[in-house]
Amino acid sequence: MDAELLARIQFAFTASFHYLFPPMSIGLGICLVIMEGIWLKTGNILYHNMARYWTRVFALTFAVGVATGIVLEFEFGTNWSTYSRFVGDIFGSALAAEGIFAFFLESGFLAILLFGWNKVGPKMHFFSTCMVAFGSHFSAVWIIVANSWMQTPAGFHLERTVEGVPTILPPGYVLQPSDLGSVRAVVDDFWAVVFCPSSMERLSHVLMAAWMTGAFMVISVSAYYILRGRHLEFAKASMRIGLAVGAFAAVMQLVTGSISAAGVMKNQPVKLAAMEGLFETKEYTPMAIAGYVDEKNEKTTALEIPGLLSFLANGNFKTPVPGLKDLPTDEFIKARHPGVSPQDIPKVRQTYWPDIPAVFQAYHLMISVGVALIGLMVVTWFFWWKGWLFQPDWWASKVLLLLLIFSVLGPQIGNQTGWFTAELGRQPWVVTDLLLISQGVSKVVAANQIVASIIMFMVVYALLFLVFIYLLNKKIQHGPDTEEESLDLPESWKMLAERKGSARN
Amino acid sequence: MDLNIVWYILVGVLFTGYAVLDGFDLGVGAVYLFAKKDEDRRLFLNSIGPFWDGNEVWLVTGGGALFAAFPEAYATVFSGFYLAFMLLLCCLIFRAVAIEFRSKETWPWWRAMWDVAFSVSSIVASLLIGVAMGNMVVGIPLDADHEFAGTFFGLLNPYSLALGLTTVFLFAMHGTIYLAMKTEGGTQALVRGWIKPLIMVFLFFFFILNLLTLVYQPQIIDIVRERPVILLVGVVTVLMALNVPREFAAGREFLAFLSSCGTMGGLMLLFGISHFPYMVLSMPTPENSLTIYNAASSPKTLMIMLIIATIGVPIVLAYTASIYWIFRGKTKLDSHSY
Ligand code: HDD
Ligand code: HEM
Ligand code: HEM
Repeated sequence: MDAELLARIQFAFTASFHYLFPPMSIGLGICLVIMEGIWLKTGNILYHNMARYWTRVFALTFAVGVATGIVLEFEFGTNWSTYSRFVGDIFGSALAAEGIFAFFLESGFLAILLFGWNKVGPKMHFFSTCMVAFGSHFSAVWIIVANSWMQTPAGFHLERTVEGVPTILPPGYVLQPSDLGSVRAVVDDFWAVVFCPSSMERLSHVLMAAWMTGAFMVISVSAYYILRGRHLEFAKASMRIGLAVGAFAAVMQLVTGSISAAGVMKNQPVKLAAMEGLFETKEYTPMAIAGYVDEKNEKTTALEIPGLLSFLANGNFKTPVPGLKDLPTDEFIKARHPGVSPQDIPKVRQTYWPDIPAVFQAYHLMISVGVALIGLMVVTWFFWWKGWLFQPDWWASKVLLLLLIFSVLGPQIGNQTGWFTAELGRQPWVVTDLLLISQGVSKVVAANQIVASIIMFMVVYALLFLVFIYLLNKKIQHGPDTEEESLDLPESWKMLAERKGSARN
Repeated sequence: MDLNIVWYILVGVLFTGYAVLDGFDLGVGAVYLFAKKDEDRRLFLNSIGPFWDGNEVWLVTGGGALFAAFPEAYATVFSGFYLAFMLLLCCLIFRAVAIEFRSKETWPWWRAMWDVAFSVSSIVASLLIGVAMGNMVVGIPLDADHEFAGTFFGLLNPYSLALGLTTVFLFAMHGTIYLAMKTEGGTQALVRGWIKPLIMVFLFFFFILNLLTLVYQPQIIDIVRERPVILLVGVVTVLMALNVPREFAAGREFLAFLSSCGTMGGLMLLFGISHFPYMVLSMPTPENSLTIYNAASSPKTLMIMLIIATIGVPIVLAYTASIYWIFRGKTKLDSHSY
């Protein structure tokens, strides 16, 4: 295998692994803020125990998130050094801002969140919890900005530097292979980079996904306790918080996802066509629900809703959405391959297509998961409203609780497939329509070095994952502190509990 | 002063912050296995518990700032030192999770496993950081496109290895001083006994390193002649190292720790002054070197970054200081400890 493919595999593996953890931290962070907020407001010791319990889980996910994140930060330099030279002027700022604004905030206040129970008062502790949650959202902001700029670059111009003298290249300049090393992207407008066409819609979608991830963890563990008849008071209270956040985020996920899809349609038509397996440009363009793509014969067989895609794109059911046989456009191809003969255009065009079956399946898996989770939330809320949710003796409630236990996997699958859609869909570009992946890879890194690092990461991450699951399970089996155990509360906290006068629930 | 110089200094400050802060928790890792009792080890871990993650962020942010301000240097160094960095990353992963995982089970083999992981990865990480610094000092071969043109084993030259070992002992000394400040009673007595020998070993290596500099870097004499302030900084640095035992003898642990921080800051300053204006020195082809000008981002980005830093850095310093203040004093074990 060549170094380019290996570098991609290595990056995809480490990024996907990292992305198992931050969504849990972001989502649990929000739940922690709510739990501790309720405890401060009511003084009910139950919520104090709840906050402490979930803080421990949070510490675990956070530690693994940090350990795997550092790898990514440096991989742009190790794997994609030509890319880094090309975009450093723009992309680097977002990463540096993430460090200064987000990571310091998170890691600093995390110290108080984890170790500060006896050192600071309840208000200060609550403030720290809020800051940690805030910080983890902030790191999502900056990293999504960086990634969105790669998807839909904006606010920059290209510049050629020879002997230290820069000349500005005209807009629409097509990068030639010989330009690498002397041409780079230079920022024009920082805010246009931050608010590039896709950043805000993707950010909202990613954050809601993270809230779902955290909320469904809370839901899943609570459902497990209820089914087992353990820590019932704790589990019911946790479940309510999880259900509130989870249902809200699940619905918002559909909304923000649709907005993202509309954005992709506008800004990355090739990606959209791949997501929908759309080869022909035809009127009443349908939207696929599920199916498969036959890439060889350029045909997609799917259960579809006729006209829906046309409607979402154009507001009427008739106007066609362009398919892959017309994407990228002839002009685009001619600009990059001067002198290409008209018969060759279809062949050349295919080299600008992503892996269509993979994008199609990833995308539809994400949507199925999203819709299924919304359905699950509707049913669960109905059971809750009817008072059936906490009665595991009845078979229907039992089945529902079982489903809720496994629902924790849903958001994780959604996260992974969502990123595969986004990242595979932008192939073969590393910066859309500007820089190809093959042009971004490090020149000096040999294939065998990357193989060595892939093996290393696979072994290390497998170990990490096993230990993580083991410890998580152990925490779940141990359960929250009982009330006696939390009697080692520091004075300042105890007073709060007494003042509100309800150490019992 | 132009923006490029400002960013040379700022990136330097970030990496110095990293060395001084993560230096002590890496150092704690280096001497960790010398404590035999489980309680001592837990005290060690908990003394750095609230801080190590924040300390590591200095590296992450330093890397980000290097990427933003000097992308060419970021790209060249990280792709050039590929294997070394992968090893460093591996160490950082193990350190992070070992601290978190270690005390979650009481089985002796479990604790021993994570203890060794924590200590070995701390030592190897310090060594790698030192070796990387060493190569920055002696220079690495770059081609005309500023791509690394050497080999992995070329990075393991005697000078860099010597600097690597010096770094291990410097961090170990620094970490031990930190431990002496954070512990009390028997643990403190144990730790205190390590300080003097560590300082001696460090100074010995430091001396050897200076000799090697004269051998491998004869041009340093010209640089010193041109920038005599280097001598002054060097003398102050050594005096600060020697001040550490003195402060201890007088029972002023905090001042001892500050002296140790000062020593590390002094060393980074020495490097910064003598290295200027190079970001990555190319040897044996100095004309291919990356400087703060040909490696830099556009003036516009440097300005944007300066605004970000002006807003961000004071806030970061304020709450970093408050967190060190909140967790001041001797470390004690309680139900939230590792
Ligand atoms: C809990 C996880 C989850 C769930 C249930 C969904 N998504 Fe999603 N989706 C993500 C998690 C995610 C993500 C991980 O957050 C992605 C990957 C990259 C990104 O920006 O967000 C994403 C990307 C993503 C994209 C691609 C954006 C791009 O390429 O720039 C689209 C069009 C959608 N989503 C649409 C949807 C729709 C219509 C859903 C129906 C309910 C849906 N997603 C459910
Ligand atoms: C954490 C969630 C993420 C996941 C799971 C993820 C997943 C992936 C995958 C699967 C690929 C491989 C695509 C391929 O090579 O065929 C990829 C490539 C890449 N991604 Fe991401 N990604 C994530 C976030 C990001 C972010 C936030 C950035 C930038 C800030 C980014 C930058 C890149 C780059 C530079 C490549 C290599 C070039 C390429 O292959 O397209 N990724 N990612
Ligand atoms: C490829 C791109 C990415 C890079 C370079 C990256 C970098 C990092 C780094 C260096 C850390 C450790 C910070 C520390 O030491 O405290 C980290 C942790 C974290 N990252 Fe990423 N990250 C990437 C993708 C993402 C994405 C896509 C998200 C969220 C949407 C995210 C959210 C977080 C969060 C919340 C943390 C804190 C640790 C945790 O919560 O588990 N990261 N990341």
